[in-house]
Amino acid sequence: MKFLAYLVSGISLGSIYAIIALGYTMVYGIAKMLNFAHGDVIMIGGYISFLAATNLGLPTLVSVLLAMVVCTVLGIVIEALAYKPLRSAPSLAVLITAIGVSYLLQNAALLIWGANPKSYTPVVEGTLHLFDGQLSVSYVSLLTVACCIVIMVGLTLFTNRTKMGKAMRACSEDKGAAQLMGINVNRTISLTFAIGSALAAIAGALLCSFSPTLMPTTGAMPGIKAFTAAVFGGIGSIPGAFLGGILLGVIEALAKGYISTQLSNSIVFAVLIIILLVRPAGLLGKNTQEKV
Amino acid sequence: MKKVLAFVLAVVMVFALAACGGSSSAPAATQAPAAAAPADAAPAAGAFKIGSQGPLTGGAAIYGTAVMNAIQIAVDEVNAMGGIQFEFQSQDDEADSGDKAVNAYNNLMDWGMQVMVGTVTSGSGITVAAQAYQDRTFMLTPSGSSVDLIADKDNAFQVCFTDPNQGVGSADYLAENFAGAKVAVIYRNDDAYSQGIRDTFVAEAAVKGVEVVYEGTFTNDTATDFTVQLTAAKDAGADMLFLPIYYQPAAVILTQANQMGYAPTVFGVDGMDGILTLENFDTALAEGVYLLTPFSADADDARTQAFVAEYEKRYGETPNQFAADGYDGVFIVKAALEAAGCTPDMSSTEICEALIQVMPTISVDGITGEGMTWAATGEVSKAPMAVVIKDGVYVTP
Amino acid sequence: MNITKKSNKVRSDLLTYAGVMLAFIVLTLLKNNGVLNRSMTGLLVPICCYIVMAVSLNLTVGILGDLSLGHAGFMSVGAFTGIITAMSLADAIPSVALRLALAMVVGAFFAAIMGFLIGIPVLRLKGDYLAIVTLAFGEIIKELITCLIVGSDSNGLHIIFNVTGSKSANDLNLAEGGRIIIKGAQGATGTQTIATFTAGFILIMITLVIVQNLIRSRHGRAIMAVRDNRIAAESVGIPVTRYRMMAFVTSAALAGAAGALFGLNYSNLAAAKFDFNTSILVLVFVVLGGLGNIWGSILATVVLYVLPEALRSFANYRMLIYAIVLILVMLATNNPILKSAVANFRQRFQKNKEEVTEQ
Repeated sequence: MKFLAYLVSGISLGSIYAIIALGYTMVYGIAKMLNFAHGDVIMIGGYISFLAATNLGLPTLVSVLLAMVVCTVLGIVIEALAYKPLRSAPSLAVLITAIGVSYLLQNAALLIWGANPKSYTPVVEGTLHLFDGQLSVSYVSLLTVACCIVIMVGLTLFTNRTKMGKAMRACSEDKGAAQLMGINVNRTISLTFAIGSALAAIAGALLCSFSPTLMPTTGAMPGIKAFTAAVFGGIGSIPGAFLGGILLGVIEALAKGYISTQLSNSIVFAVLIIILLVRPAGLLGKNTQEKV
Repeated sequence: MKKVLAFVLAVVMVFALAACGGSSSAPAATQAPAAAAPADAAPAAGAFKIGSQGPLTGGAAIYGTAVMNAIQIAVDEVNAMGGIQFEFQSQDDEADSGDKAVNAYNNLMDWGMQVMVGTVTSGSGITVAAQAYQDRTFMLTPSGSSVDLIADKDNAFQVCFTDPNQGVGSADYLAENFAGAKVAVIYRNDDAYSQGIRDTFVAEAAVKGVEVVYEGTFTNDTATDFTVQLTAAKDAGADMLFLPIYYQPAAVILTQANQMGYAPTVFGVDGMDGILTLENFDTALAEGVYLLTPFSADADDARTQAFVAEYEKRYGETPNQFAADGYDGVFIVKAALEAAGCTPDMSSTEICEALIQVMPTISVDGITGEGMTWAATGEVSKAPMAVVIKDGVYVTP
Repeated sequence: MNITKKSNKVRSDLLTYAGVMLAFIVLTLLKNNGVLNRSMTGLLVPICCYIVMAVSLNLTVGILGDLSLGHAGFMSVGAFTGIITAMSLADAIPSVALRLALAMVVGAFFAAIMGFLIGIPVLRLKGDYLAIVTLAFGEIIKELITCLIVGSDSNGLHIIFNVTGSKSANDLNLAEGGRIIIKGAQGATGTQTIATFTAGFILIMITLVIVQNLIRSRHGRAIMAVRDNRIAAESVGIPVTRYRMMAFVTSAALAGAAGALFGLNYSNLAAAKFDFNTSILVLVFVVLGGLGNIWGSILATVVLYVLPEALRSFANYRMLIYAIVLILVMLATNNPILKSAVANFRQRFQKNKEEVTEQ
């Protein structure tokens, strides 16, 4: 029963990582850049939905939708101002710019909303008690897992079936060739950022429902963890992000439960290293053969 | 490249200046910058320069901002009284114990600081106290609770309790009032404050026969999920949860315990103070939480009420115990300066030597304690007060 | 042509040494004559440490071509082993300078060992996967050091590895007169601050000698060949792994020495200081200074380290402005129009110079 309880908390935490990782992997897959500001867009999403629900008194669903709209706009603006001019620059330059954007968002949030944390009201309240209350699963966790699966399936269908999705895959394979085929690469990448940022808003609402203290630094660490999860599953792969996130959460929970709460993070990272040694491109990543 | 850099820098600075100017006319909804010099209360000539440093950016910014805001209020009050005048400057040390702490301190020294009412955090405090000891600068920390901060340094004094003091106090209280309780401890092991209280609590608990059945830790990086620790605590049969941590993770623990249907009695320390002021927090979750705190924003004495009202008016939020410590710090320094007969033209070294002499002799009434006195070691003596949360307010059990 | 190119390179190396030396002399003179204020003086040692960090990371990122996000981990290993060395030998070696030098050597040694151990798995990977593994190691080192409790007394060193979280400094059972050096979460407290600007300068010079000679040597060319095309390098018989390991370990050792100097400059230092953000900070110095450009790394470190300090008058807007400056600088330095303008300017300038020399 204890094991089951740990497993449940692992999956709950993992689904949070997974939903953030989906946004990460999406942007990486197409734009080939590590968007370190993703965690902070999540934080902004959390604040917007918090303010909409608490200060404006909007219904939960509307406030999350509003957060999605704001984050989408924010994502497009960030992409246009900070990343687009660097399209031909080395990838490290883009990485540093993303870090700059991350600092910018954190400090802007600190100045706008203050350092005092806010307590987020979960999007759904209540808990499902099983086995006479021995095992409890909060509805937030159930919702997060459901959201993850829906988003994963949705993204897979989108990239595989729609024209826009095909354009994205083409850009991901080869930007130059895609352009020659008449695909508007810039617009495709902007769209990717828009989708990634909208997902970040959902992730923000779910993250804050799970762990209800909202601060300007809320997104930073989950962002790094989710990045790890995305690499775990094979960065760029949508089902990989889901799998990586869930596994990361489960490993973390079991390590905390059975080995050491002190070193749970280290154990997670150690497993990651071992996995990458066996499968250098992550669990579901494609291992590309290099040619000279 | 260098020219470009210079140009960009210039542009940015102009932009930033514009932003600073613009924001001061903005509505009070945004937080007033704590470090900005008070334009309304220009200090008279011959004011003591008091400085403080703490995290004003980053994850710990809440503590630094609270202390700086409260010091500003206290300084304005002191200046309005006539008599001793203060001029105040604060610097950001990002709660860092290394270079940033020393940089902030050096900046204050360059400004001509005579007395330090800082630091806010223990980590930077230990570094700065060593430096201030060499420079012979008097230092009164509002909230740096580590013993190492004052150890072997005659110039460093504290407004708050030391960590061991709280750990022992908590264990004694539990032994007296909750005999036979099975205690689980969840603490943050990468935080000196939390670890320090836990160490002395566990040691004292063993002496007093308080049974500790489970100890779980977390770090700054794993502070989003506590369900595993809570499950393990529940499984170990703990009916009492001791949380020597700050209130933000405590709020997460309370929420997640509630979701699990686990309802132990929760006992916190002074870091728990503030949980009721957490914006939008469901105070029903904190119902029945015990905590040791020197300060309560709901206290009915006139001074606390006046301070709370002023703080709420200026900064739009309820002050926590950090703010109260900062507020008291200024009045303690004032009392000490008066007792020692210091004048603003004395150097920081002269003031330091004079204050070291008088600190063990004075007694100050503040909002965090009546009749506070100090040992020559720098430790404050005031009674920790155990309160319990009933209907969203602190009451004495 | 080749010869001039080579002598150009040597000349630029010499210019770097001269520049650093000149800066040191000027700053020392200013410091001794009381022109520099306290804040400036206080910045000197950390800047030296970060310069060494940036130059050594440049070896991994710029010369070897592998993105490392865990460089602060090596700094951490160096800092804490250095502190342990210096503190436990406080009675045995009274000479401060000797103890500081020894601490840096020990710090470099342990960081090199760590670099070697980490290098074995890391160098089998590439690209972003390599980056994430270095990040992982950085975080692991941070957590392990947080669990460390170390003290020393007449019987030697006592070390507890606090895995379960139930130990504290009292469990060290130190004899009378022993001192606690590292206290778990609180890190090293009560460290004697023996680091000096002169030591920082010497460390920078040693770093420059090692890195620049490595780059200009046969090994360095091999390393760069690996960076530019691993498969081609392998096919001409370059032992790829050996050279990558060589660069990686050198870089780690230098970071360790910088860490020891840094650690001995502050009386309290927690392991949490050397987190992901510190690694990123150093990476920003390297990228802004230009990959593979040593002189650039030095300049960028100085500018970017001083910048947040210089912005203190902006109070709460400080870090916001820092972020904006960072973004704008990245955009400006990578702007194709500006880039070609700079290149044009440089060409013209060089042409002028050549004409001058011809006359």
